[in-house]
Amino acid sequence: MSESLSENSVALTELKELVISHFAKDVIETAFRYGELTIVVKRDAITRILTFLRDDAGCMFKQLIDICGVDYPERNERFDVVYHLLSMKHNLRVRIKVRTDEETPVPTVVPVFSAANWFEREAWDMYGIFFADHPDPRRMLTDYGFEGHPLRKDFPLSGYVEVRYDDEQKRVVYEPVKLVQDFRNFDFESPWEGIQRVLPGDEKAEGNA
Amino acid sequence: MSEQKIKNMTLNFGPQHPAAHGVLRLVLEMDGEVIERADPHIGLLHRGTEKLIEYKTYIQATPYFDRLDYVAPMNQEHAYCLAIEKLMGIEVPKRAQYIRVLYAEMGRILNHLLNLTAFALDVGAMTPLLWGFEEREKLMEFYERASGARLHANYFRPGGVAADLPAGLLDDIKEWCDNYPKFVKDFDKLLTGNRIFKQRTVDIGIVSAEEAFDWGFTGPNLRASGIAWDLRKSQPYDSYEEFDFDIPVGKNGDCYDRYLVRFEEMNQSLSIMQQAIANMPDGPVIVENNKVAPPSRADMKRSMEALIHHFKLFTEGFHVPAGECYAAVEAPKGEFGVYLVSDGSNRPYRCKIRAPGFPHLQGIDFMSKGHMLADVVANIGSLDIVFGEIDR
Repeated sequence: MSESLSENSVALTELKELVISHFAKDVIETAFRYGELTIVVKRDAITRILTFLRDDAGCMFKQLIDICGVDYPERNERFDVVYHLLSMKHNLRVRIKVRTDEETPVPTVVPVFSAANWFEREAWDMYGIFFADHPDPRRMLTDYGFEGHPLRKDFPLSGYVEVRYDDEQKRVVYEPVKLVQDFRNFDFESPWEGIQRVLPGDEKAEGNA
Repeated sequence: MSEQKIKNMTLNFGPQHPAAHGVLRLVLEMDGEVIERADPHIGLLHRGTEKLIEYKTYIQATPYFDRLDYVAPMNQEHAYCLAIEKLMGIEVPKRAQYIRVLYAEMGRILNHLLNLTAFALDVGAMTPLLWGFEEREKLMEFYERASGARLHANYFRPGGVAADLPAGLLDDIKEWCDNYPKFVKDFDKLLTGNRIFKQRTVDIGIVSAEEAFDWGFTGPNLRASGIAWDLRKSQPYDSYEEFDFDIPVGKNGDCYDRYLVRFEEMNQSLSIMQQAIANMPDGPVIVENNKVAPPSRADMKRSMEALIHHFKLFTEGFHVPAGECYAAVEAPKGEFGVYLVSDGSNRPYRCKIRAPGFPHLQGIDFMSKGHMLADVVANIGSLDIVFGEIDR
């Protein structure tokens, strides 16, 4: 197991160097943790880099495993778009990331991988990430006529509308969410295992309050 | 003869249709009886699993994975547990690994039994479903005896499994394994060579290897197109490298090959189960670190520390070091992956579930083009679609 892991890391380091040598200007940063390689690249280069990764003999990442969004509201460019690729030829995985915000579109990769179509639709649906030139930019999983992007961190867990069947109108009606009991979101965090952050009230002990 | 105007017809297939395998709404554009475009509308079973998980502790989120692909629940938990273990650097005890392999393979048989027999039902064969469900029922009893639940097991936990197998269970599973080949033989005789079944499936929905790559196919659907790729062999997790099994591969990538691949996979799974029972090691079934795994009931009666650990584990939960990782298992339907982002707190920051059925269903459009309406049903059946995981 450990032997194959080190083999893996050697191959991934080589891959990292290969990508950097071809796209020196487009690679923002790289990380290697838990035996996985992450490459953060510039938005505009994503199509070129994925095409290279797919076709180059040293990469052969022929399969797009997944595209997903991640939301970091405190950042300027709040969204990460994460591409997971798999190379069956070399038995390697790689993770490519680009960053974007609510307005800036990310170039679509549907021409490179047909499978990207639905994944990008889902990312648009869940996070409101625009994909430029997407062939079919409809919502994916949410209801017809749904508003908002539910996986954003500022979208409440309970949502905004609820549905029920109205017996008088003989149809399903949409109403604002009414919770009988407040949504219970407990903060269980305690210094059990010594959390690094300062807990409310602790500053008094330091005499800073 | 007067000139006739022919216009395309749009047909709504589902969301309530016995062959839609759940709640698939398929909008078909048809030229006569030939499909020109198939546009699946999904999301009718969307429950916001990924959002819910962000509001739960790591342990509380495990049961959501049962409810994804509810046909083979433990295989999903497996990927989630592997992701947490990767982030926390936990080494799972050998016995727990073997139990997981045993139950993951049981899940594979459960899944294929349902899929193959329901597929047969879709194309007109009633009996296999009834036979298959009898075997499924027996397997779900084994689920129940280990975890307490027939379907939503919540058995795999970060660090191992929830509880050790009760006495005598392994013997009963072994006995089932000995009798099961008789069912397989009957099933094989009934369906594999059946003329009607072959007429409905051979050369229907052909997927070439290139197309399978392009559309992100994994699992049996990829192997039916002739690619020998299985995560259990190529990137073994838990103890799969210690097991001896073969990877069945198809030739033509049509519906019939997908059936054959799954059929043979059941036999291989049976052999893995038998190996797991024969070589089952002794020892603990979950890590002995009480910061991750709950202490035993007996300890809690006597030890104050154990009681505190238990209380903290089930209120606050454990903290996972900040970082991100992707863990994947060879689920019965294909590569089931979990991309987990942790911010160091007791809840996942982001948990993206990569369901194999999602890209598979996407392929229904190119697979069905130029086929007849009835072949769409065969295609859906052979792709092994379950909406729990696609809609999430």
